[in-house]
Amino acid sequence: MPNYPADQDRYDIAVVGAGPAGLAAAASAARAGARVALIDAGARPGGQYWRNRPGDTGKLHHGWRIFTALRDELHRRADRIAHLTQHSVWHVGPGDDESMRWQVHAATPDGQRRVGASALIIATGAYDRQIPFPGWTLPGVYAAGAVQALLKGNGVLAGRRFVVGGTGPFLLAVAAGLADAGADVAGVFEAGSPAGFARAPLAVARNAAKMSEGVHYTATMLRRRIPYHTRAAITAAHGESQVSGVTVAKLDRNWNIIAGSENRIDCDTVAVGYGFTPQLELALQLDCDTHLDVDGSLVATADAGQRSSVDNVYLAGEVCGVAGAAASVTEGHIAGLHAAAAVGAHSVDASALRRLTRQRSALRSFATAMHTTFPVASGWTTWLDDDTTVCRCEEITVGDVDDAITELGAIDARAVKLYARPGMGMCQGRVCGYATGCLVAARADRPTSADDLRGVARRPIAQPVPLGDLASEDSRF
Amino acid sequence: MKAPEIEFTFDGTTVTAEHGQSVAAALIADGQRTWRHTRIGGAPRGVFCGIGICFDCLITINGRPNQRACLIEVRQGDVIATQEGTGHAELSC
Repeated sequence: MPNYPADQDRYDIAVVGAGPAGLAAAASAARAGARVALIDAGARPGGQYWRNRPGDTGKLHHGWRIFTALRDELHRRADRIAHLTQHSVWHVGPGDDESMRWQVHAATPDGQRRVGASALIIATGAYDRQIPFPGWTLPGVYAAGAVQALLKGNGVLAGRRFVVGGTGPFLLAVAAGLADAGADVAGVFEAGSPAGFARAPLAVARNAAKMSEGVHYTATMLRRRIPYHTRAAITAAHGESQVSGVTVAKLDRNWNIIAGSENRIDCDTVAVGYGFTPQLELALQLDCDTHLDVDGSLVATADAGQRSSVDNVYLAGEVCGVAGAAASVTEGHIAGLHAAAAVGAHSVDASALRRLTRQRSALRSFATAMHTTFPVASGWTTWLDDDTTVCRCEEITVGDVDDAITELGAIDARAVKLYARPGMGMCQGRVCGYATGCLVAARADRPTSADDLRGVARRPIAQPVPLGDLASEDSRF
Repeated sequence: MKAPEIEFTFDGTTVTAEHGQSVAAALIADGQRTWRHTRIGGAPRGVFCGIGICFDCLITINGRPNQRACLIEVRQGDVIATQEGTGHAELSC
């Protein structure tokens, strides 16, 4: 095994992901006495939510003090936490013996590395959930998270004149950030109807901090005079070599376009996002139970102690349901404490655990209220043309998918994937998996099921790995 | 204080970037949006997800194709080029 160090690294707990959930999990587990490996693809801790630049002062961030406290703890407890940066985890599986129950396989700039641990905490977060529309492959059309990452992580504005669209409160954060950085935001097109949010006043009242974040963005929207349209969407992007404009339209309750409401807006940049998709490949590699969450995403199932259905595998943050950074931090702490107890740590703070559990309950009910307010309705499937791209990697169109259903008899997303190849490209269906699952279900006139999404979410190798590295793996893989 | 600047080339032209920026961010700051043509339709692509998920931003860095421009920090002297198709035209016959 040429690429591996002679002896493998062994820890009590391996935490995968150094975003809000993973940082909190590592801190709590180390506080309880466990030896922790915090494994992350990034060069700096923070994940997507706290994506930062060298020397960042946190000006563009929310909850920056929570982040810096966790980061300080990482440094302070360096004797117990090994922060493994630029480690791209591509597989997790059983280890050789009891002292190394799990093995984490990571690609690093210096070759392959295997990390062994008695317990695993999966905190791999989420990414923008997308639905396809005509023109969405044009350069200049970005995921909302991309525009945010370019700004927060690099200090770069992706364009000059933006149109922002999709659903969910994240659109406000993106639009406000763009406007504050000097961009012209021609409008935000929210396909849902946030007025419904007022119907869950209890959840709102229990989450004053989350609301103040929303109020801050709303105030920025007003101050910068950014038009906010609800029950409206970007239904097409136009341009030759890059985007030069969009069609926006009013939607009915089911997200069908209201005839005659279409408008053309000139812009050079588009940012879109329809909620988030949890990153489940590691949980699925371990056969952790999954289910459909209220927002229609496939999520990994965690119990009150953040335990998955598999012994000694814990879940924290967006992988068990998209609920935002505060919930992720809370769940990370809970997972860290329980995992530490399971591997024999001697001092778990029971009162902290009780307080965290109360916090989690409040934050989760807030998330549920949000998801109920911002559902994705199936009418988006009527915005598409036959030649609209579904799978960006393999360049598979709606017509190809329909052909697999009507001509080849595919009745679920997995069969469509096998017959027509959506999800077979480099991204392994991360981007088009949700849309393909919804399209197949819509064509069969039934709701999207967990099985539709499971069928496009399994990725035995989660990241590209050189063939030579795979060949040198032991035969058990 | 502004980050120190570095220089790299994109398709033969010298581009300046800030230390710590991703290849994608440096190119976008320079006004570029396209650095790959798809292997089937020859369609222009650049960044889409921006966080390493979608593989749309694949690019050739120092002769090695299929690198994710959004994940890799640009370094002084990098020779960066538009990627055509799979980036392995030399292997086809």
